[in-house]
Amino acid sequence: MTFLRKILLGDLWQGLKLTFRTQAPKNIYTEQYPAERPKVAERFRGAPRLNINPTNGETLCISCDLCAIVCPEKLIKVTSVRNPETRRKDLVNFTYDLSRCMFCGLCEDACPVDALELTQDFELAGYSREGAIWDRQMLEEGPHPQRFV
Amino acid sequence: MTETLLDANELVLNMGPQHPSTHGVLRVVLKLDGEKVTGTDCIIGYLHRGVEKIGENRTYAMFAPYVDRMDYLAAVSNGLGYCLAVEKLLNVTAPPRAQTVRVILAELNRIASHLFWLGTHALDIGAMTPLFYTLREREEVLKIFENYCGARITTHAFRIGGLYYEVYDGFEAQVLAFCEMFERRVDEYETMLTENRIWVDRLLGVGILTAADCLELGVTGPMIRASGVAWDLRKAQPYSGYEQYDFDIPTRTNGDTYDRYMVRIAEMRQSVRIIRQAAKNIPEGPQMAKVPKVIKPPVGEVYVSVEAPKGELGYFLVSDGTITPYRVRVRPPSFVNLQALDRMARGALIADVVAIIGTIDIVLGEVDR
Repeated sequence: MTFLRKILLGDLWQGLKLTFRTQAPKNIYTEQYPAERPKVAERFRGAPRLNINPTNGETLCISCDLCAIVCPEKLIKVTSVRNPETRRKDLVNFTYDLSRCMFCGLCEDACPVDALELTQDFELAGYSREGAIWDRQMLEEGPHPQRFV
Repeated sequence: MTETLLDANELVLNMGPQHPSTHGVLRVVLKLDGEKVTGTDCIIGYLHRGVEKIGENRTYAMFAPYVDRMDYLAAVSNGLGYCLAVEKLLNVTAPPRAQTVRVILAELNRIASHLFWLGTHALDIGAMTPLFYTLREREEVLKIFENYCGARITTHAFRIGGLYYEVYDGFEAQVLAFCEMFERRVDEYETMLTENRIWVDRLLGVGILTAADCLELGVTGPMIRASGVAWDLRKAQPYSGYEQYDFDIPTRTNGDTYDRYMVRIAEMRQSVRIIRQAAKNIPEGPQMAKVPKVIKPPVGEVYVSVEAPKGELGYFLVSDGTITPYRVRVRPPSFVNLQALDRMARGALIADVVAIIGTIDIVLGEVDR
């Protein structure tokens, strides 16, 4: 039996049978990326966003600096001024250097007010290194990609 | 290479660092007599990032994302080992729920790592089809990771003391569905490869490593199990609740490349067995142990090792009582297993060296750290 199997190339036919069985179009796994955009998971850690309060448009950030402290790459810089009336810190600027970010999510975990969030945006390509440093406006509004079509 | 004077018949050939079958940036200097390899010399360090030094400059919690980047094909296992090491230093244990979820994810990661190994190893040997099939199944594992923690490769899934992310709705169902599907797929790989005459001819009797060699060189993981030593840290010193699960240690006796293939295939089946048992009863309860916000372990040192897909992955941490470790030392399985290359490749042909490098299952991110 094994001898017959050997001269009739039994092992190879078996493999070929399997290969042809998976040729059906429904078995195609490849994503046609620019044409069809992948659906990323809800918890996906992508582009950062600084959330604003939707009712009054004010930032949710309380300038506590926890994200900057916890960041392993030290890429977050928070600048704030103390408001003499309310005795609270007012956010002035918030820079986030995406070129060094490894999307570990520690800043998101540390944020006590859900202001900083890593969103589902994953298209972060840019033309320059400076463009990867996002300021407060960019973080609040999201990137505005230039379209060339 | 120690001897610079060569015989008239000898030839020195550089294999790598840009050789596709060195799985990254490994450079092997081959000393050849015709097509026969008479000596090899590995030159590593092309991917050196100083991970251990980074660890000394970061707090304990901050260093966790970096360990994922050593063995990037098995990031979850790396994270598990690191978290266990810091937990031992802090003298806390993760709650049962966290342990079970950790086991599920670590075993899924073992499957993903072995799948990637199988695909690339087969590609090196010349079988292209398995690569597509294995990556297809790996994609399912990565989807589970993405749903669970939001990242696919460098997951940062675990935190010191337990889990940060809650298990999402339908996690168990997705994991069990994967197990159901995957067992059939392993049969398919075996159909393609196990009896295939080219596969057998290329692997059988190539790169033999005896049990004595393995013990001498400190080789661990599937490589030592293929030589007949039933050494598995999940059984030998159970961690994260592995003692509750019923599984076997697959071993083979010859210690050649074919046996290592068979051991890894059998390990994937065992992993499915463990995942099934774990996913069916994830205990309720808290998922985070009591860990201070600022981790400041007492003065001391620990060595904790886990069974990563490639072998024993150990973390040696020295604490001086501050928020940063005094010393981090990683014992990577790939680096130690790579030492066996010379013993396996001596007397083989150049084409066999490709098979032998493939069978060690190295990840250069881990070798160079």
